[in-house]
Amino acid sequence: MINVRKLVKRFGLKTVLRGMDFSVEPGEFVALLGPNGAGKTTFLRILASLSRPSLGQVTIAGYSLPSQAAAVRRRLGVVSHLPLLYGDLTAEENLRFYARMYDVPQAHKRIPEVLEMVGLANRRHDLVRTFSRGMQQRLAIGRAVLHDPEVMLFDEPHTGLDQDACQMLDTVLREVAARGRTVVMTSHDLARVADLASRFDVLSRGVIVASVERTQMEPDNLLAFYRQALAQG
Amino acid sequence: MTLLPQAEDQARRKSSTQGVGRFIRSLTAIIWKDLAAELRSRELLSAMLVFALLVILIFNFAMELDARARSTVTAGVLWVTFAFAGTIGLNRSMAMEKDRGCLDGLLLAPVDRSAIYFAKAIGNLIFMLIVEAIILPTYSVLYSVNLFKPGLLLVILLGSIGYVAVGTLLSSMAVQTRTRDILLPILLFPLIIPVMIAAVKASTGYLQGVDFIDIRPWLNLLAVYDVIFIAVAFMVFDYVVEE
Repeated sequence: MINVRKLVKRFGLKTVLRGMDFSVEPGEFVALLGPNGAGKTTFLRILASLSRPSLGQVTIAGYSLPSQAAAVRRRLGVVSHLPLLYGDLTAEENLRFYARMYDVPQAHKRIPEVLEMVGLANRRHDLVRTFSRGMQQRLAIGRAVLHDPEVMLFDEPHTGLDQDACQMLDTVLREVAARGRTVVMTSHDLARVADLASRFDVLSRGVIVASVERTQMEPDNLLAFYRQALAQG
Repeated sequence: MTLLPQAEDQARRKSSTQGVGRFIRSLTAIIWKDLAAELRSRELLSAMLVFALLVILIFNFAMELDARARSTVTAGVLWVTFAFAGTIGLNRSMAMEKDRGCLDGLLLAPVDRSAIYFAKAIGNLIFMLIVEAIILPTYSVLYSVNLFKPGLLLVILLGSIGYVAVGTLLSSMAVQTRTRDILLPILLFPLIIPVMIAAVKASTGYLQGVDFIDIRPWLNLLAVYDVIFIAVAFMVFDYVVEE
């Protein structure tokens, strides 16, 4: 579903991604782990077609970036630590706006379904700026799945959430993944991604230094794997 | 054998019609969103209006003008007011997109990115025209000048289009930086000098009752400037907003 070959991204003289290779099969849930400055967000922004690769090949669902960016964007849902929602519009108005942008068929049926899924049906007429951070993040997930994308990208979605909000977000994330979508998620919270992802990749200094399937790893061993990967990388 | 090219032609036309339809749908969606959000918050319009009213009030108290002097400085005062108030509007309009990462939300949508530019530009133009529609009668009352002349209104429209065409493009560049509030006027004012000169000259011409033949070069300049900068923005917007 996602294929990345020899990806290089430079900002001026600074090279953030150094010939990175990465691939994800359809239906996989990959957690991309790594320290601050490893290039996780930069990599996700390239996959989301918000940033151009300096060198290398990126294909998503058979379409290459950046030349077929519009076709890729149609198949992508993106959630970052910012909600990408308008505070002065209600939850329903935000979803209606994005439904028009994505040309969602039967939007009048799809919007209530999505609001129900993220548990905000009873707050649909409230302005987003009155929502807590956790509620905004749930609505952000609703916005991202509105057009039923094949691939979901999550960039540290738990940032700034309290424990209850994190648990609620995990429930929504599991539901999103359970529908057979391909998911790539960056995170610092190893304990949380350990239960969610089916594969763990460690990104360090602009390359993937280690990768392991959840089934190939002892339970509760993710921290040791992560430390070892960073030490070797 | 002859049907195949026809079928291809039909498919191409259908795809092109769908593309135009999608472009217009996304364009109207963004304009609707901007107007709905502004109707709720009234942040942008109130800031522009208060600023514009203060500027013309200050000019009113600062300059003791007789009837002849009024006809020469009116155009300058008006365009200075519109330009400064417009900068506030342009900054606020793009800052709203940046606040919660909404600009990324727009850029992630599978639409032609020039639709985003045109929608933001039309939204900015609507806000600017609303402010101008309030400022003109206020100015007329304060300075006892009749500003409701069709020619002058045409100049204001053409000047505002040129201002907004460049301003929207530059504000989408400036919004990516930390010093966006300072950067926008620094980038914008040198580029809108041709618009300002042409708009002030043409406006003064209409206010002083100069023959149309003498005003026409300035109107032509405004129209050409509008066309050129809209075309430039259409071509470069994608590169401006992408990292």
